[in-house]
Amino acid sequence: MTTMTEQLIFEHSRPGRQARAQAPASAPAIDDLPATAMRDTALGLPEVSELDVVRHYTRLSQQNFAIDTHFYPLGSCTMKYNPRACNTLASLPGFLGRHPLAPASHGQGMMACFYELQEMLKSVTGMAGVSLTPMAGAQGEFTGVAMIKAYHEARGDHERDEILVPEAAHGTNPATAVMCGCKVVEIPADADGDVDVAALREKVGPKTAGIMLTNPSTLGVFEQDILEISKMIHEAGGLLYYDGANLNAILGKVRPGDMGFDVIHMNLHKTFSTPHGGGGPGSGAVGVGKRLLDFMPIPVVGREDEGESTTYRWLDERDVPHTIGRLSAFMGNAGVLLRAYVYARLLGREGMTRVAEFATLNSNYLMTRLKAAGFDVAYPERKASHEFIVTLKRQKQELSVGAGDFAKRLLDYGYHAPTVYFPLLVPECLLIEPTETESRETIDGFVEAMIAIRDEARVDAATLTEAPFNLPVRRLDEVAAAKNLDLKFEAETGDARSVA
Amino acid sequence: MPFIPHTDHDIQQMLAAIGADSIDALFSEIDPSLRDVDISAVPERASEQAVTRLMHDRASQDAPGLCFIGAGAYEHHIPAAVWEITTRGEFYSAYTPYQPEASQGTLQVVYEYQSMMTGLTGMDVANASLYDGASALAEAVLMAVRANRKSKSARILMPASVHPFYREVAYNICKNQQITFETVGYDETTGQVDREALSAWADEDITALVIPQPNFFGAIEDVDALTDWAQNNGALAIGVVNPVSLALLKAPGRWGHGEGADIVVGEGQPLGAPMAGGGPYFGILCCRKKHVRQMPGRVVGKTTDMEGREGYVLTLQPREQHIRRSKATSNICTNQGLLVTAATIHMSLLGNTGLHDVAVTCAATTRDLVARLTAIAGVEKVFDSAYFHECALRLPVAAEGVLARLAERDIFGGLDLSRFYAGYENVILVCATETKTEADLAAFADALADVLAHETEAA
Repeated sequence: MTTMTEQLIFEHSRPGRQARAQAPASAPAIDDLPATAMRDTALGLPEVSELDVVRHYTRLSQQNFAIDTHFYPLGSCTMKYNPRACNTLASLPGFLGRHPLAPASHGQGMMACFYELQEMLKSVTGMAGVSLTPMAGAQGEFTGVAMIKAYHEARGDHERDEILVPEAAHGTNPATAVMCGCKVVEIPADADGDVDVAALREKVGPKTAGIMLTNPSTLGVFEQDILEISKMIHEAGGLLYYDGANLNAILGKVRPGDMGFDVIHMNLHKTFSTPHGGGGPGSGAVGVGKRLLDFMPIPVVGREDEGESTTYRWLDERDVPHTIGRLSAFMGNAGVLLRAYVYARLLGREGMTRVAEFATLNSNYLMTRLKAAGFDVAYPERKASHEFIVTLKRQKQELSVGAGDFAKRLLDYGYHAPTVYFPLLVPECLLIEPTETESRETIDGFVEAMIAIRDEARVDAATLTEAPFNLPVRRLDEVAAAKNLDLKFEAETGDARSVA
Repeated sequence: MPFIPHTDHDIQQMLAAIGADSIDALFSEIDPSLRDVDISAVPERASEQAVTRLMHDRASQDAPGLCFIGAGAYEHHIPAAVWEITTRGEFYSAYTPYQPEASQGTLQVVYEYQSMMTGLTGMDVANASLYDGASALAEAVLMAVRANRKSKSARILMPASVHPFYREVAYNICKNQQITFETVGYDETTGQVDREALSAWADEDITALVIPQPNFFGAIEDVDALTDWAQNNGALAIGVVNPVSLALLKAPGRWGHGEGADIVVGEGQPLGAPMAGGGPYFGILCCRKKHVRQMPGRVVGKTTDMEGREGYVLTLQPREQHIRRSKATSNICTNQGLLVTAATIHMSLLGNTGLHDVAVTCAATTRDLVARLTAIAGVEKVFDSAYFHECALRLPVAAEGVLARLAERDIFGGLDLSRFYAGYENVILVCATETKTEADLAAFADALADVLAHETEAA
């Protein structure tokens, strides 16, 4: 981590400078395009040398916190170590050079990996089928709800347009339900953090298309009444959707299929340790129960055995008769799927179970230590899942410092902040997820930092409210950013200008 | 234990601190009937050495042939520095920049990306990316319905010359939103949007017209006329572009005689992403400033810190799902950040001249290829219009068998268009980027001549 700021690449630009080795050796003239179709303005790209580029972006990388450099206990995001082998092996030339529309005969290696990944994901989630195409968690959610909608419509059950969503759910849940043409019905949580079953019972009915649940929930506890909820929804004719954001908590220990879920999405960039990349690419592979097998998005990889030989082929509309269709131009985030495949093979079945076990051990240990240090947890009577919530309501009242202030000061101590102010229903909350790949020493260090920060708050609240101090920039003015929109560098004047 | 650092001693100490007898006891709140599952279909763990061997075997089965397929994914040279820098752990293993002070690297990269993409497209604003070109078109359609408040119809005119998969994806993502897609045919002589078919809609309430440039056949559309038509009829103009072509072709911000296209989307893959079997790529979305609050996805803005230093943050977040929930402009959360990092480095390395040289070399190489292939008896161009780096060719026999024979020689001789268009059993869509040498073109032409000689003989 550097504390130096870096100019924009455009400010390094000098007219006529070029990284000439990168472009084709010669550029022939093209004279058969209509004049009116031709470009008549500058491109506006920087003119820099290769060293300028390498140095600039290396320096920018050093202004990031990342798993490779910092403990990153960001609740609900599962920031565990991303094994380097996954990247190396997914980047072999045979895979990178494959055109998505090249014949399947020349893609059997990649397709074998996808097929086996589908099978492993089926097994570990207890589902009947898996489609790997959704490109992120939110698209996986869209896929799930679109399948639920299509299922009801295929049965002539056109009145079902309500999706039940717990009030503490991720924002993607209600946003997805609306994109699928459904109405959102919110369900409150009870005092223990579980879905309020009595309230749910009142809202379930003939218009219920389904329910979207995260289990363990976003409140960091396992839904104790899940079997009762599942029975209630199914008896009402609805289906259950499992949001896999928190699958890391139960991998290899408990399966959504056994809980009664009809469709699930998995965030392979969380549970299967593919990188977050500063905001993607993710992968939101979906699993379905028997009822939804014919509705899966395509393409899916099928396997055919004939004597000794095995071939893989793309399944399409003919194989998946009610498919909700294609959701990406080609095969979703194929390279991410290869990384998840390598990770799954490196873990194996014992390793998968250990993911849930050690994620839960680390989380409960961290929760116990913070409680012992005098911090309040949101659900003190409950066991933590792979994550838990600390509420700083008391510190806010007594010391005038809140969750956001602790978060910013943690950055100064070299810890990425936990998730703050989510879920919305717990005041001044920190949602903390240590993951299984962190050592006891790292967790102990985080506890010491939390204690030290609270001590600082007792002496001078400004140490927190004005933090961070040790990063390339201090606290940034987000209100001004939204008010005076500056979304791009403008070359003409040499400096940035407001666009709206 | 792979990737888990705990010693036996750690485990005992941690359980003692918690006051639990075993790790299993931590799962006691879960109904016993749900626990201890059978996941025996997952194989036993393999060592890194064994998995390395396996993946090398698999990758060698996919050894690339000589590829002349385009159709939405293009083989370009990617400078070595692009992925060397992009896969640095600080970019690769960072999260979405929700803590801006700890994420200035990623945020500045996205701001630079937005600046480059608005430069390339001539548009006012770019977002931080969507999933891919096809889903970006779907989001553009949803955005147009929100942004065009004068139109009540939610009717989208979709030319048949837009990538067939993009049309499918747009339909699949929008189908529960009461949006109507009307197909506009293409002129069988030029391959361009059929202007007569379009004018039939002149007096209707149209929300947006989709304008591909170049279109799926590689043909150059009359984007000025199409943009004017849309805007004169109260519709928004949504451009679907190939970003590399923009180094040669008119920026969408200058299409027509008004203020240019309203929304522009495209597949970002040609800017530094390997073909990689179909992804990860990234979706480009740009728009005019008056539509910025209807834009889906993340966007980065410049601001200052409490000491007046410049810095970058995610902005306009009230459009997004984590704030607006069911009223958000889209459900998108994670996008394709790492691919945007690669694209930004890629564009920096190429610069204005380099990207232009790539574009013209692609165009020239494809012209060379088309000349060689049409010199073979019975092979001819399907359309007579100008094209960028793809061209539809009619063969004397059915394409399917010919392409299969070529694939046996490890040549991917283009895409069989009969899969998408009736009556095109003999038509292939070919592409030759700057990666193809004269020897490659000659090898393809020789192989095609040979295969056709056998096929016509057999017939």
